[in-house]
Amino acid sequence: MSTDTKPQYKVIGTRPIRHDGADKVTGRAIYGADVKMAGLLAGKVLRSPHAHARIKSIDTSAAEALDGVFAVTTAADLPDLQNKIADLGEGAVNLAHLGANVLAHDKVLYKGHAVAAVAAADIYIAEEAAALIKVEYEPLPSVTWILDAMKDDAPLLHDDVHTDSMGQMSDNPSNISTHLHFETGDVDAAFAAADVVVEQEYRTASVHQGYIEPHVATALWNSENQLTIWTSTQGSFTARQQTAELLQIPVSQVKVIPCEIGGGFGGKIAVYLEPVAALLSRKCGRPVKMVMERDACFEATGPTPGSFMRIKVGATKDGKITAGEAYLAYDAGAFPGGMIGPGCMCVFSCVDLANARVDGYDVCMNKPKTQAYRAPGATHAAYAFESVMDELAEKLEIDPLELRLQNAAVEGTRRVDGPVYPKIGLVETLEAVKASDHWNSPLEGPNRGRGLAAGFWFNIGLKSSAAGNVNADGTVTLIEGSTDIGGSRASIAMQLAETLGITAEQVHPQVGDTDSVGYTDVTGGSRVTFATGYAAYNVGLDIEGQMRERAAMIWECAAEDVSVEDGTYSQNGQSMSFEELAGKLHETGGPVVGRGSVSKDCFTNGFGAHIVDVEVDPDTGKTTILRYTAVQDAGKAIHPSYVEGQMQGGAVQGIGWALNEEYVFSDDDQMENPTFLDYRMPTCLDVPMIDTIIVEVPNPDHPYGVRGVGETPIVAPPAAIANAIYGATGVRMRELPMSPPRLWKAMSESKK
Amino acid sequence: MAKKTHVTTTINGEPYEFLCQARQSLLEVLRDTLQLTGSKEGCNNGNCGACTVLLDGRPVDSCLVLAVEAEGAEIETVEGIACDARMHPLQQCFLEGAALQCGICTPGFLVTAKALLAKNPNPTEEEIRFQLAGNLCRCTGYDKIVRAVQAAAEKKEEVAV
Repeated sequence: MSTDTKPQYKVIGTRPIRHDGADKVTGRAIYGADVKMAGLLAGKVLRSPHAHARIKSIDTSAAEALDGVFAVTTAADLPDLQNKIADLGEGAVNLAHLGANVLAHDKVLYKGHAVAAVAAADIYIAEEAAALIKVEYEPLPSVTWILDAMKDDAPLLHDDVHTDSMGQMSDNPSNISTHLHFETGDVDAAFAAADVVVEQEYRTASVHQGYIEPHVATALWNSENQLTIWTSTQGSFTARQQTAELLQIPVSQVKVIPCEIGGGFGGKIAVYLEPVAALLSRKCGRPVKMVMERDACFEATGPTPGSFMRIKVGATKDGKITAGEAYLAYDAGAFPGGMIGPGCMCVFSCVDLANARVDGYDVCMNKPKTQAYRAPGATHAAYAFESVMDELAEKLEIDPLELRLQNAAVEGTRRVDGPVYPKIGLVETLEAVKASDHWNSPLEGPNRGRGLAAGFWFNIGLKSSAAGNVNADGTVTLIEGSTDIGGSRASIAMQLAETLGITAEQVHPQVGDTDSVGYTDVTGGSRVTFATGYAAYNVGLDIEGQMRERAAMIWECAAEDVSVEDGTYSQNGQSMSFEELAGKLHETGGPVVGRGSVSKDCFTNGFGAHIVDVEVDPDTGKTTILRYTAVQDAGKAIHPSYVEGQMQGGAVQGIGWALNEEYVFSDDDQMENPTFLDYRMPTCLDVPMIDTIIVEVPNPDHPYGVRGVGETPIVAPPAAIANAIYGATGVRMRELPMSPPRLWKAMSESKK
Repeated sequence: MAKKTHVTTTINGEPYEFLCQARQSLLEVLRDTLQLTGSKEGCNNGNCGACTVLLDGRPVDSCLVLAVEAEGAEIETVEGIACDARMHPLQQCFLEGAALQCGICTPGFLVTAKALLAKNPNPTEEEIRFQLAGNLCRCTGYDKIVRAVQAAAEKKEEVAV
């Protein structure tokens, strides 16, 4: 099961020190906020104090007149954007909505919505100037709870949004922007025939990605009309495209230089500051840097949805699940287009289910526009479904692991939304749970319980580019387009090294800007090690082909007569190492540059299962995680340390989501806890060590079997913990977070 | 322009002088005036610990310290942890143990952990977790950070840095 047992490869599966590591532990790595340049101005955004209001007028004259102010901008400076849909790689976006989110037009739709911005000599002057901008608002009724927002008489956010129900548009405008419906088999008959049926409702609060580095962007619009943006983004090409589309300029006029990025988790794909900094720079000709305040990161970026869900599952008495029905309603936030699609596709993803029906609703309300957060939409659905699975197991008196194994999706299983799985590793993952020390260790003591849940994420492919330059000393400089959030330079470089038969240290990877590397989609969808790694593999094949020609030139033979093994080129008893051959490039025709790009429409299908032991304090309702094991099919773990790191980090984010994290709204729909202290993400002291078991069922669509790992680990934790809490207390928690007051209340009520 | 105060201080063992406004934080001056950008701003209100520096040996959130309070003090930042070209055992163990992913919180963790090991060379896991609880990491789940500090404590004994 472990990657260390059978080294099939020389580089892959080893644990080299990441190439960008030294700079990051010595404070020398340049993140977005570390960018400096001559004449740099500070930008400041003025934000709405209201959750919902009409903007009657904006007067910027006093701000413009302040000494030290160089430019002021509002939505009036943005081109008139029609409802054009732009494909951003990992999803499409309505440009008019994106523009109105960046700078509010006629209405503000959530507390913190950007209204205007200032560039000034320093941040203090910018803040003073922003306070001088007079905005006249007409406050409107607001709504932040999804079932209220879905009512016919709810405060309406958009006059032009109608419900798109499988292509049919509603007559009246609505906060419900989309109704999705998937159905397979004969659901009603299957429920009628079922021996056991469980049906329950679940609610989850909005949560935030919680990246430690705030959003930041620096823009310089120079006198040649070229716009350069230094930013912290998950996708430099996506940032370029969004900025260009919003400003209605060609993409070639924009160069995005991706800085080191301090966490993203899906939240650093949409642009917020980049176009605003660009507008300010265009007005004054000076570079403008904007750093978002932490409260604005919570209030005005893209949390992931809150939700209301109802799940119904039917089974035979011997444990075969025969029918499923899901009603999922997810927050879209201020603009349509939330995470409901993947939620619907994931809800029954871990079971082989012949009869199923899913209805999903995307609902606008006065919260910031939701964005992706690590397996977006899947965690909610898994929390509901995997909790129901646990109740079903109890009713059937079947071990919850056996129930999952008995019904596990396998190769050939058709998911309710249509796709048929290729080779997947869910059964192997569950078998690894069964064989684990954790699962086989007794849990003793009062107020303690053990929970299990499975989780799924698609893991996407999409487009990636890379190029390699062979140096005379036998090293290869690798330029790739994926911004590196968690060590992906290393996992990509290792695949090139493996392909060429050289060491990981012989590859020097760097992330290129949008002018120096081919188009590459976002660092998201757990796609980078798979797709950009694949591009690096193609770079390796290209370089190897060229090196073989050089060897053939030296040995005066045909290129196809040169054989290559482990980086050694041989022909007829003669041989040269990659390094030796690299040293002869100048005399055999000059530089060797390898190219690689991929466009993969496939899904690599990542399955995981988590085991957790908890202890609940009956006096306070506080849940302590005693032991935690994350099991996941990685396909092939390129750098096992960083695979473990993804599993551990995702698990702890999921623990935070399960136990503490939530947006708390006041009666007037203001977020009451927009600080790290009050939002309460897990600290070091809140969690134990997170054990990991990496399962490797190679992905047949990748030369090294990679599936990607980043997102799946956040999917199972809330359900696993809810199931453990039930074991500890006898209380089923059907609302997230399962915070101490909520759990204490539920325990108190259950005793009545 | 607000009036500025002259401050004389020691940073990473070297004498420094700077001018600052009374309202400026130590973090601002380190990053914007002195170009020591290794200390990171995550929240600017003392919640996340990414800006942790040692002030006379004590870990503090530099976003909550006024720059004028640096007068006469000894400050150590992440840039001062390595001994010239040689990395501190903590830095080495963070790299070997993959204890960073995005790396934005790493400077703060290194500084806090250094203060811990100076006071308590053989901390238990619980003591490490308690001491590091003021530093937020959103990527790693803390497992590999705690292990790196444990490994550094062992290594530190061997090399006696």
